[in-house]
Amino acid sequence: MPLRAKVASSVSRTAAALSRAAGRGDGSVIGGWIGLKIDPDLLAHLASGRAIALVSGTNGKTTTTRLTAAAVGVLGRVATNSFGANMPTGHTSALAKAGSTPYAVLEVDEHYLAQVLEATEPRVVALLNLSRDQLDRAKEVAMMAQLWRAALVRHPSIRVIANADDPMVVWAATPPATRSPQVAPAPVIWFSAGQRWHDDSWVCPECGSPIERMADQWWCTGCWLRRPEPQWVVEDDGVVDPAGDWHKVVLQLPGRVNLGNAATALAVAAEFGVRPTDAVSRLGGVASVAGRYAQVAKDGRTVRLLLAKNPASWLEAFDMAEEAPTLLSINARDPDGLDTSWLFDVDFAPLRGRQVLITGDRAYDLAVRLDVNGVPFQHVRTFTEAITSVPPGRLEVIANYTAFQDIRAELDRVN
Amino acid sequence: MSTDPAYRMAGPAGGESTLRIVWIYPDLLSTYGDRGNMLILERRARLRGMPVECIEVRSDQRLPISADIYLLGGGEDGPQALGAQRLIADGGLRRAAEQGSVVFAVCAGYQLLGGSFFAKGTKCAGLDLLDLHSDRGPSRAVGELAGAIDPRLGLPPLSGFENHGGRTHLGPGVSALARVSTGIGNDGNTEGAWRGKLLGTYSHGPALARNPALADLLLRWAIGVQQLPPLDDTWSDRLRAERSAALAAARQ
Ligand SMILES: [Zn+2]
Repeated sequence: MPLRAKVASSVSRTAAALSRAAGRGDGSVIGGWIGLKIDPDLLAHLASGRAIALVSGTNGKTTTTRLTAAAVGVLGRVATNSFGANMPTGHTSALAKAGSTPYAVLEVDEHYLAQVLEATEPRVVALLNLSRDQLDRAKEVAMMAQLWRAALVRHPSIRVIANADDPMVVWAATPPATRSPQVAPAPVIWFSAGQRWHDDSWVCPECGSPIERMADQWWCTGCWLRRPEPQWVVEDDGVVDPAGDWHKVVLQLPGRVNLGNAATALAVAAEFGVRPTDAVSRLGGVASVAGRYAQVAKDGRTVRLLLAKNPASWLEAFDMAEEAPTLLSINARDPDGLDTSWLFDVDFAPLRGRQVLITGDRAYDLAVRLDVNGVPFQHVRTFTEAITSVPPGRLEVIANYTAFQDIRAELDRVN
Repeated sequence: MSTDPAYRMAGPAGGESTLRIVWIYPDLLSTYGDRGNMLILERRARLRGMPVECIEVRSDQRLPISADIYLLGGGEDGPQALGAQRLIADGGLRRAAEQGSVVFAVCAGYQLLGGSFFAKGTKCAGLDLLDLHSDRGPSRAVGELAGAIDPRLGLPPLSGFENHGGRTHLGPGVSALARVSTGIGNDGNTEGAWRGKLLGTYSHGPALARNPALADLLLRWAIGVQQLPPLDDTWSDRLRAERSAALAAARQ
């Protein structure tokens, strides 16, 4: 490592420690920011010599990164940005803090994938899904797919592991046909993680024709784009690998969505030489991810927290939640996006038949939505009121970003 | 909320017994919960005992011309330009409007009811159903949108959220929907436009969620009645009050 990078790395570590000591967050972003100021190539220096996997997509990247790091951990020490600091500054901090490790698994914000590909030259990149997120600031979904595609074309040697169920991802992962394929890109490994959300992929990104769907299959009515045959598939409570062997997967994380994330983690780990049989027990050790899925006992209720930050992840949260009383909490502060229109992109019908409570800064927006959706509910002012409004037993909590943080803080205070 | 027979409607003006709502091109013009307007109209009609049929017409399909209410949503520049081309080529919306159908359009959909609009830096022809023209503003208008609605429509103030880069100039052939008290709307002074049974607004996405009286106006236009049985609007009333209090707090 050049001297300048060494100094930057050491300063970065110190700043992170100072930031933590001063009680200003976990230091994972601030440290990296200072390090990058000193040496813009710091991330590249820190990355070199490691076998790296990047994980990106609109939803599930934090959880999939956590599961993948656990699976690759079979081989040795793994650096990872486990606090969800998923931009280059966060990656720099994570690598600097971890010191020298043979492996790194990094969660990457979808907007930064091209930049981080360039800097880290990963061995593997896993592409999960693309859908609308934080409406009043995000790029068009098709635009994001185009950026991914252009970045991957510049790096044909990287192994791409991608979700066969998302047309936008399949298109982004498939390089445009070249007339002179001297540098044939490595074939894409496809996994099937399912896709509940279809509203951002009705129109083909290649030719603009409608995309048709039937059961698991989808295809463009105007061109070559269609669902590829996946090599990694969720089946019952396990995952089938490319050899056709089925592996039982017992997770502490709920829902079929997380089985899909587990399949992705196994596929990525396999690229590093980890056999699925050796990795599955590691996946079962992951209990919560940055507070998500955490279960907390309070007043005879078992409270489980699920984060849902955009329409696609709400549908996934309904899948993860048990048939139990459910509290929904909605805010619209800066990190959430100020606009609540997306509530009408979500079909809340799966909640019919459960006791539904609502709270949060924007509970009334949610109330109107549920009323139109024919889902009976009860409005509560506080989290404590919610607890006392449900019988002893499980309470599922689904909240968007700052609402989730509010409830977590309230639970931390009492526990 | 009642399905009491006394409240049953005779049916929409077309003579059919079912209210037909068409959502135009959800494959192109659907962002920010646009589906909400269809769901809200459907629910408010059903609660009054009226059978409703919702039809989603994709951009590769012909537009039926005999529906009662047509909805146009928002969209990015590319889909907006393509949507306008296809609607002009189809010709169905013009015929439906001439026959007295209701058209409710938001954002990009509102702009393409006018004579022209800008998409991706190019001037595009609109449907020319409303006497207005849209171009680009100096900055993007993002945030709460509110204002008193044209008194002739007899509605409480508009409450909404806007997110657009356009500015719209009204001609003498249309009236502004509202006078802006918060936000930008057309140009910082007026917001939206209406003529006959055509109405457009920059209040995007599920605009009717925060404006149930506007939803009922569209239903009344479609059915041809002066009054509809009242519904329990507790939650939308509270939402409107909460938004209006938030705006008042922000002004201080
Ligand atoms: Zn196609």
